[in-house]
Amino acid sequence: MNDSLASLQQLTVAFDKRVVVDRVDLTVSRGDIITVIGPNGAGKTTLIKAILGLQKATRGSIVLKPGLTLGYVPQYLSLEPTLPLSVRRFMLLSGQKLTACREALAKTGVAHLLDASVHHLSGGEKQRLLLARALARKPDLLVLDEPAQGVDINGQAALYDLIRNLRDELNCGVLMVSHDLHLVMAATDKVICLNQHICCSGYPADISHDPAFIETFGQPVAESLAVYHHRHNHSHDLHGDVVDRGHHKHHSHATDDSHQGCDHAHH
Amino acid sequence: MPIIDALLDDFFWRALIGGLGVALVAGPLGCFVVWRRMAYFGDTLAHSALLGIALSFLISVPLNLGVIVTCVVLSLVLVVFQRSRALATDTLLGILAHSALAIGLVALSFMPDVRFDLTGLLFGDLLAMSRTDLLWIYGGALVILGLLAVFWRGLLMSTIHEELARVEGLSVETLRLVLMLMFSIVIAVAMKIVGVLLITALLIIPAATARRLAGNPEHMVALAIGFGCVAVTGGLSMSWFLDTPAGPSVVVTAFCAFLLVYGSARRAPA
Repeated sequence: MNDSLASLQQLTVAFDKRVVVDRVDLTVSRGDIITVIGPNGAGKTTLIKAILGLQKATRGSIVLKPGLTLGYVPQYLSLEPTLPLSVRRFMLLSGQKLTACREALAKTGVAHLLDASVHHLSGGEKQRLLLARALARKPDLLVLDEPAQGVDINGQAALYDLIRNLRDELNCGVLMVSHDLHLVMAATDKVICLNQHICCSGYPADISHDPAFIETFGQPVAESLAVYHHRHNHSHDLHGDVVDRGHHKHHSHATDDSHQGCDHAHH
Repeated sequence: MPIIDALLDDFFWRALIGGLGVALVAGPLGCFVVWRRMAYFGDTLAHSALLGIALSFLISVPLNLGVIVTCVVLSLVLVVFQRSRALATDTLLGILAHSALAIGLVALSFMPDVRFDLTGLLFGDLLAMSRTDLLWIYGGALVILGLLAVFWRGLLMSTIHEELARVEGLSVETLRLVLMLMFSIVIAVAMKIVGVLLITALLIIPAATARRLAGNPEHMVALAIGFGCVAVTGGLSMSWFLDTPAGPSVVVTAFCAFLLVYGSARRAPA
């Protein structure tokens, strides 16, 4: 596919002998929003760092589209307080023109902060600033590491909305890492569940029923996500419910209880 | 005796001109030391200068050159050790700093023919500034300012966020080497004025003072240079009139300026 921005083949990253990312195949295309989820230590950040070229692959290959411009929104902007820096200056350090910087700031809704000091921004404003900085470079592929960290719940939803809109506007690919499952499920096209290897992947609505997903995140999480999706799609719920009960025979009774609770919530 | 007076004046002015040259480059580099939290790293390199001096005597090369090369080699060794992550960085720096200093002192003690003023090396000597030293200082300053001009955006960006800088295509490794080279040069040329033990103070104190008043990075650099010049002028005058050791006098002056600024300015503008 000529629209493929980045494709990984059997990507493996190991520190000493500990394998952190295990034979991952993944393709990100223009217009995709792919979210990598997984428990702590699952190798999510390592995976995207490898794609960004910040981490060497031990085995396997990463092929980026030639001339690809990467936009990176790091996990958290920890700034050295001894370094005086305004938003304007931070944006201009990207090497882009001021007009491009202003536009990008306007897109992420922080244009009014142009002359503020970066040290005085709130968590949400910092994330929007980082996003604007990535946008100023007009990226083909936007990579975000836990973009909603340090942002309150309302802000998180707004941030994911913004990311979707930007994808539509710029027609770029988006690859992000998150462990905030609920919001991700609502905001994403495709979810990849990583636990060293890709244990499952697919559409958000399907993935919470996947046995591999349940095994990785545990029953309660999968259940709570299932609840989440039931609210959106009732018919799917009934269908999925039957399938689920099949799986749950292997598990504890508590599962069935919580499932009944979920059903009750609908009536 | 006017002739002697003129001669002594000459010493003083030489030291002052040299000191101002050092302050000119200590300003920007001091800012990087503060921003990148490299104070201990700077100290380690400065301590190793003594080893550089011993080696220079041993193989008869100019002292400044010996010091620059030793510092560059030591910073490369540091980078390699840091990569291996066998020890925490501050432990590593502590080991290297004091070992380099100790090896330097031991090596010098094996050279009874070499006459040198240890106190002068450690704490600076107002009278030791020769015309050649002035050439070294301004030559070094020219190189450093040139490098800063060329690499400024990259150096600043990699200081603010190294990974972001790398994703944006900057060669962070090269920039780090450039920075280490500049540190090595500044240590070699500042050694004569403030001595190896106090170089870090001349780097850090003016930069920290400047932080209180600065609104952007360049502003902070300019102010750091200014405070450095004040410290050098005040300190050398003090050394001249009160016969105090040069390096400590410079540092005391810098510290007074620091106290004054932090006492009067309410808080940092940005």
